[in-house]
Amino acid sequence: MASNEEILAGLAEIVNEETGLAPEAVEVDKSFTEDLDIDSISMMTIVVNAEEKFGVRIPDEEVKNLKTVGDAVSFIAGAQA
Amino acid sequence: MTRKVVITGLGATTPIGGDVPTMWNNALKGVSGARTLEDEWVATYELPVHFAARCSTPALEVLSRVEAKRMDPSTQFGVIASREAWADSGITEIDPDRLAVAFATGIGGVWTLLNAWDTLKEKGPRRVLPMTVPMLMPNGVAAAVSLDLGARAGAHTPVSACASGTEALHLGLELIRSGKADVVMCGGAEAAIHPMPLAAFASMQALSRRNDDPQGASRPYDLGRDGFVMGEGAGALVLEAEEHAIARGARIYGELAGTSVTADAYHITAPDPQGLGATRALKAAMFDGRIQAEDVVHVNAHATSTPVGDKPEYTALRASLGNHIDNVAVSATKSQMGHLLGASGAVEAVLTVLAVYHRKAPVTINLENQDPEIPLDVVTSARDLPAGDVVALSNSFGFGGHNAVIAVRSI
Repeated sequence: MASNEEILAGLAEIVNEETGLAPEAVEVDKSFTEDLDIDSISMMTIVVNAEEKFGVRIPDEEVKNLKTVGDAVSFIAGAQA
Repeated sequence: MTRKVVITGLGATTPIGGDVPTMWNNALKGVSGARTLEDEWVATYELPVHFAARCSTPALEVLSRVEAKRMDPSTQFGVIASREAWADSGITEIDPDRLAVAFATGIGGVWTLLNAWDTLKEKGPRRVLPMTVPMLMPNGVAAAVSLDLGARAGAHTPVSACASGTEALHLGLELIRSGKADVVMCGGAEAAIHPMPLAAFASMQALSRRNDDPQGASRPYDLGRDGFVMGEGAGALVLEAEEHAIARGARIYGELAGTSVTADAYHITAPDPQGLGATRALKAAMFDGRIQAEDVVHVNAHATSTPVGDKPEYTALRASLGNHIDNVAVSATKSQMGHLLGASGAVEAVLTVLAVYHRKAPVTINLENQDPEIPLDVVTSARDLPAGDVVALSNSFGFGGHNAVIAVRSI
């Protein structure tokens, strides 16, 4: 079980690895597409890496609902619970 | 009146230099880029060949990590060479609709394909990267170069095994002559030093087994030749309509005077022993460039160092140039950098252009006992080429019976 802070930090690391964005730019209110300029292919890579890192399953149909970094943190936290 | 096409930019990343100045310097000195492979997989799979010629500058020293992540290694090399050629051309403004790409590969994204297959078997479909398809597709390199330069007049990928890089120049010339583009980024890229292609080429007895002497293994025309040495890398050339180059005051290296492509229709891998397809290609390229045998002073030969391949090329050269071939300085640069497969024609084109521009023929190393059946005048130490109007040829032949020839004329 990871705290929301730990999930955010882990996600920021994954986003940095995939896109080169500074981890501190990955904030809870940021939109993956609008603010972070992450395309759908990068998003899928991030999702799969997050599944492995946090030991959760993020169904494909759920990915479109993960609009902001906060959405992803909440989903992962919920899936771990 | 046919549009004249000139070469205004050069780029390369190869086993004997990560950029054009380093490669050229080494090509005149005569060095070998072949090394024993330190990778674990050589022993794991008990590969019969333990060496290859890797690029002297790893792609990750040039590209950013994030940039490289989305490219197969072959595409990484292609983009590196293309950027160098583009900067070298000095083009700062161009109508993107008049800029095309013709960037070849022989095998394409073989690392990406096989890594994805390993991932599927070991971790399941969910872990197969979403970028797998665009990274493994053979047009990946042309597409990446087109994106990088903003080239919108078409991005093409000629695929004809080891003739691919030369065929890209043939296509580039046609695109400019026909008026479809004013500038074409041409080239070839390959990154196939992976255990599977090494095993496959070894299995067909195409690779040298000189494991105790990697640097002496690629020895075109030598009696002791026993196969080629796998290389990797990319070459890139900016082709430009002459009037376009003159209008912007470009530095012009030379003219791409003529090209041709023929097919043997003889055997899927063996070259026609009489070199008939190669002869037709040589004659057609010379006809295309209005070139007489006497104009030719230098040939960058295909010469891969296989027992069966080197001789038919000699036969074709004599059939095309007649006894004038005795006056031609022939360089077999695969002796230094190994065989870059689909990139070899592009890299050798860069060397051929530089030979004409600097009037120097690069070196053939490891020629100790020249095969008496191949009495060519082989350049074994850097040699000056004559002044005046001269032409140099570069040949490439590929599995499938593909023959491609380019002719470069001095300006």
